[in-house]
Amino acid sequence: MRARVLVRPKQGILDPQGVAVERALPALGFEGVSDVRIGRLVELEIDDPAQLEAISSSLLANPLVEDFEIELLEDAPSA
Amino acid sequence: MKTGILRFPGSCDEVDAQLAAQLVGEAVLLWHGDRDLQDVDAVIVPGGFSYGDYLRAGAIARFSPVMESVIEFARDGGLVLGICNGFQVLCEAGLLPGALLPNANRRFTFRQVELEVVEADTAFTSACPAGELLSIPAKHGSGRYYADEATLDQLEESGQVVVRYRPDQNFNGSLREIAGVRNTDGNVFGLMPHPEHAVDALTGSTDGLRIFESMRAAVEGAHV
Repeated sequence: MRARVLVRPKQGILDPQGVAVERALPALGFEGVSDVRIGRLVELEIDDPAQLEAISSSLLANPLVEDFEIELLEDAPSA
Repeated sequence: MKTGILRFPGSCDEVDAQLAAQLVGEAVLLWHGDRDLQDVDAVIVPGGFSYGDYLRAGAIARFSPVMESVIEFARDGGLVLGICNGFQVLCEAGLLPGALLPNANRRFTFRQVELEVVEADTAFTSACPAGELLSIPAKHGSGRYYADEATLDQLEESGQVVVRYRPDQNFNGSLREIAGVRNTDGNVFGLMPHPEHAVDALTGSTDGLRIFESMRAAVEGAHV
């Protein structure tokens, strides 16, 4: 099965990447953007989706500083 | 004392760490794919960018074969020092509390910092004169020490905060100016600045040597 794991910095944790992007936007003429947060998207094929929780908490995310969300997708998109 | 310095793909400070450790004894490099720690008395997890820092700094290195042996070595009371990326690896491995986040200044920063030795009665700092600052270089992009408030309180109460940045030099935004912490048993210590780069008068400060001298004293004391 195809799955996605979305990893993001926990609320309240400073995200320097997000700050850098937020500050760059006005230079391009985009105003009114705030609270930019940057995470990580992991896409994978997995035989047993029940393992995703353990995979995410032990490797894909550091639960001390990051939250993660698991999304199961129907079928792999045909190439 | 015989020290083993780990070498991962992407390590870059392992040779300096070896040269520093050789000033206080014998020192060998230990390849990441090997499990044999070669009967060393202490282990150094060096600086660099192990496994390219993929995913998060230290996240992949912690699962390497040599780290399985280091975790066992640490659980048996062996001395383990993590420097910079090594500190990140030890946190990811759960041998030290907390995590290292990207610097608050959003830059990879290289500068000399002065460290306050908060705890001078440890296996890693016993040779540091009380009240004296250690002048040591720091160079990293992800060195912002983070733990939740309850953990920070507990670390301070139990004497696990070993070194702090001088408050006006906390460039990475570490919580409570923490530059290095030890575990509850006191045999594992990690810090972001690089004592191994401050052991020779030719390159400035020799304050880093105190860390290695302290480790020798701890090991040789244990052998008596």
